[in-house]
Amino acid sequence: MVSEIAAAARPKVNDFTIKLANVNGTGSSSANNLLMRAIFRMGVPVSGKNLFPSNIQGLPTWYEIRVNKDGHVARAREYDVMVAMNGQTYAQDIAEVEKGGYLMYDSSWPLDRALIREDVTYFGVPLAEMCNDAFKGPRERILMKNIACAGALVALLGIDMDVIAQLLTEQFAGKEKLRASNQLALRLGHDFAVEHFEHPLPCRVETMDATRGSILIDGNTAAALGCVYAGATVAAWYPITPSTSLMDAFAKYCAKFRRDPETGRNNYLVIQAEDELAAIGMVLGASWAGARAFTSTSGPGISLMQELLGLGYYAEVPAVVFDVQRTGPSTGMPTRVQQADILSCAYASHGDTKHLLLFPADPAECFEMAVQAFDLAEHFQTPVFVLSDLDIGMNDWVCPALEWDDSYTPDRGRVLDADELRELGVYHRFEPADAESVAARTLPGVSELGAYFTRGSGHGSDGGYTERPGEYQEVVDRLARKHTAAAEHMPAPVVDDSAHAAIGIVTVGSCELAVREAVDLLKERGIAVDHMRVRGFPFGSAVRAFLDTHDTIVVVELNRDAQLRTLLTMETPVPKEKLHSVLVYGGYPMSAQDVVDGVMPLVEA
Amino acid sequence: MPSIRKPGVTHPGLARNALGLTIRDYEGGMSTLCAGCGHDSVTAAITQALWETGTPLHMIAKLSGIGCSAKTAAYFAGGAHGFNGAHGRMPPIATGASAANRDLLCIGISGDGDSLSIGLGHLGHLVRRNVRMLYVIENNGVYGLTKGQFSASADYGSTTKRGDANRLQPIDPIFLGLSLGATFLARGFSGDKRQLVPILRAAMAHHGLAIVDVISPCVTFNDHEGSTKSYLFTRQHDVQMTVTDFVPPEHEIAATIPAAGVISVPMHDGATLRFRNVPEGYDPTDRTAVLEHLTAARGRGEIVTGLLYIDEHASDLHELGNTSVQPLAQVPYEKLCPGSAALAGVGFH
Repeated sequence: MVSEIAAAARPKVNDFTIKLANVNGTGSSSANNLLMRAIFRMGVPVSGKNLFPSNIQGLPTWYEIRVNKDGHVARAREYDVMVAMNGQTYAQDIAEVEKGGYLMYDSSWPLDRALIREDVTYFGVPLAEMCNDAFKGPRERILMKNIACAGALVALLGIDMDVIAQLLTEQFAGKEKLRASNQLALRLGHDFAVEHFEHPLPCRVETMDATRGSILIDGNTAAALGCVYAGATVAAWYPITPSTSLMDAFAKYCAKFRRDPETGRNNYLVIQAEDELAAIGMVLGASWAGARAFTSTSGPGISLMQELLGLGYYAEVPAVVFDVQRTGPSTGMPTRVQQADILSCAYASHGDTKHLLLFPADPAECFEMAVQAFDLAEHFQTPVFVLSDLDIGMNDWVCPALEWDDSYTPDRGRVLDADELRELGVYHRFEPADAESVAARTLPGVSELGAYFTRGSGHGSDGGYTERPGEYQEVVDRLARKHTAAAEHMPAPVVDDSAHAAIGIVTVGSCELAVREAVDLLKERGIAVDHMRVRGFPFGSAVRAFLDTHDTIVVVELNRDAQLRTLLTMETPVPKEKLHSVLVYGGYPMSAQDVVDGVMPLVEA
Repeated sequence: MPSIRKPGVTHPGLARNALGLTIRDYEGGMSTLCAGCGHDSVTAAITQALWETGTPLHMIAKLSGIGCSAKTAAYFAGGAHGFNGAHGRMPPIATGASAANRDLLCIGISGDGDSLSIGLGHLGHLVRRNVRMLYVIENNGVYGLTKGQFSASADYGSTTKRGDANRLQPIDPIFLGLSLGATFLARGFSGDKRQLVPILRAAMAHHGLAIVDVISPCVTFNDHEGSTKSYLFTRQHDVQMTVTDFVPPEHEIAATIPAAGVISVPMHDGATLRFRNVPEGYDPTDRTAVLEHLTAARGRGEIVTGLLYIDEHASDLHELGNTSVQPLAQVPYEKLCPGSAALAGVGFH
């Protein structure tokens, strides 16, 4: 049953988007992963975005796979193929298919005639029926339905069956029974599609060579590895979506790499705290005592940590905090993405505070910036935030294989040992400060000559308690200078100003792919734009230069209140009226179309 | 917190400990608490106990939250690092410090507001993790720095200076600790240093979290008639459940033969605790028996003091985490970084 509209559709080889609508808790994610990994193995750039509910079982969940030969794999808002496996969301899912697109459904039950669209081609596959016949047990039947569905897609999309077979062999090594039932389910779906439908579809996958040297990895795993490589030994956390998998991965890699082969003992300690207040407290205590320590959390955790983040700032204790941002405010939408903690991290805590922020855009940067975060935290003796997000943290991304320079040595900052203290004679915690306004610290357990009282109460440069205005101000003024000095230590922005355009797009984190694609789309329309992605706060000279050299700036970010734009206005001399916004904050990642739609009115004006 | 440096004059005749240090070496800044504050007596007892242990000053870490009690961390062991954190948050900070350097002798100084109100949750979980440290609660039933509000340890019916009676049930850290699985619970009275010093020494030697709740009257806001945390009321109702001798490892115990009313408990580091004058049926290693006795004593309106419960066998934070014997903060980086080769298998290829 191939409709005329579909038959006339232009071929979309390695350039299409599939959306799979499922019920969560039914094992759909392994089928989705299988498809994405197969496309990656075929050398084709791909992304998979899990749009899941905050729930364990029974609610609608979607998975979007975007295939794009040019590497434009930001979220696309148009779906060429819809896989409607969830009766609860049929109406919405069917409505979302592009004209001339395709929809696959489980034809074990009849489809409501009212849901039939003339401009969409329907593929009915009796998935439940075939799995009920082939498998015993309700759980297996449900799980295998998703695999059979993947099998039908493999046929329709022209995915290499050998690649799939190889993936199953790898995935179920040592679990022959599971491999066999998965293989059978795949085959059922595949053969049905081959027998009943014209295949492959115009939108299909063909082997390329564009993923060589790349891996699929999620940002939380990469960040956790960064912590292992940076030498972090103490980790404290409270479970929270979407950051939990970061600490899970840290524990997993530590169990692998950090168990002393001779003693069998662990060169790390992960503490699941009673709440986020405790988690950051443990990090401060451990850093104060000389360990590299970190926590991972999300927005609500950042809110709870506010008081002690100010203590870390004022008492000058290093700390590394991963904030895998989700949709706020309050509980918000825990399984949806936003970049809405930029301001609450930049100025976390009461009083005059300013922090150091790092903004990774993909898993590879999560790995690199995790290491930078520890170096910066110890160099500047202050909390450092790594502002990742749910999209980067929990989805698999195609990114260059992680690399490590074995000549790396950690920057532990200015720390005096017993000999240096003896030579010094009299030690004061906050003086003398160096050119970057950092003074040497001492660790407990080293020498009584370095003893001092760490405090969050008013103190002078000798570290002693004070209520005198001059002494107090001397310290907080130095803290401001220290923050300024950190600007040139932050990773430089990624800038493409090759178009020498009057319009410059500024973005941050996971919006990068959408912005890059938008730049190309605008170019096709004859509109030249430059773009810059900021990677750290405080902003360095390169950020200011980009703002200076463009007449119109469009700041693209995932929040309602234009937080990056606000930060740029407050922390650089850029005239406010030069800055415009593209804001997406419904909980889904940025798409290129969002950016184009936001930029066009400015061009036309 | 303000502190004033003490004059550095040392009497030549002062006794020296194993490190050759006098008690003056274990003192800190001059107290700025009210004259007669119970906390200053607790400070003196801690100073004495530390001197007796002969712990090098740089191996001591003093941790506190916010409040009158928190200030006292500055008044002993001036040669030790201190961390005056935030109100109620000392337990997590101490946990982190202990996690990073297990060789430190961590001493947490807290109060009833710090431990039983704002930081109650943290205290509970500190107990569960059995973090090896001395945890002193300087308990006066009142908020001093904010001028006299009831704290969570104020007894039912106890009155403020103005005569208002407390109508809320108190939180008793000893009962709390017993229910949460604490491994060392003691109560002292700031007015009885002779009892407190051996308890503190035992606490410092304990293999796990040692909670020492010290009734420490507030002379300014809670020492009046009608208060149940005053000097007078405490003296009148203090019942010593046990008398404890701390026998350090280097001292041989004269008699291992069980004497009537004496219970000996060996400690992890070779020291021995000797409980004297123990009432019949009381066993400081038997949680159920302790709970029964304390419940009965509470019914009689007694303020029970002494080293009340001890468990030297429970695993502490580091045993539970199977962490290296070498403090984590001192493990060389080369042992921590897996190196570039290990990245080969990372991610899906």
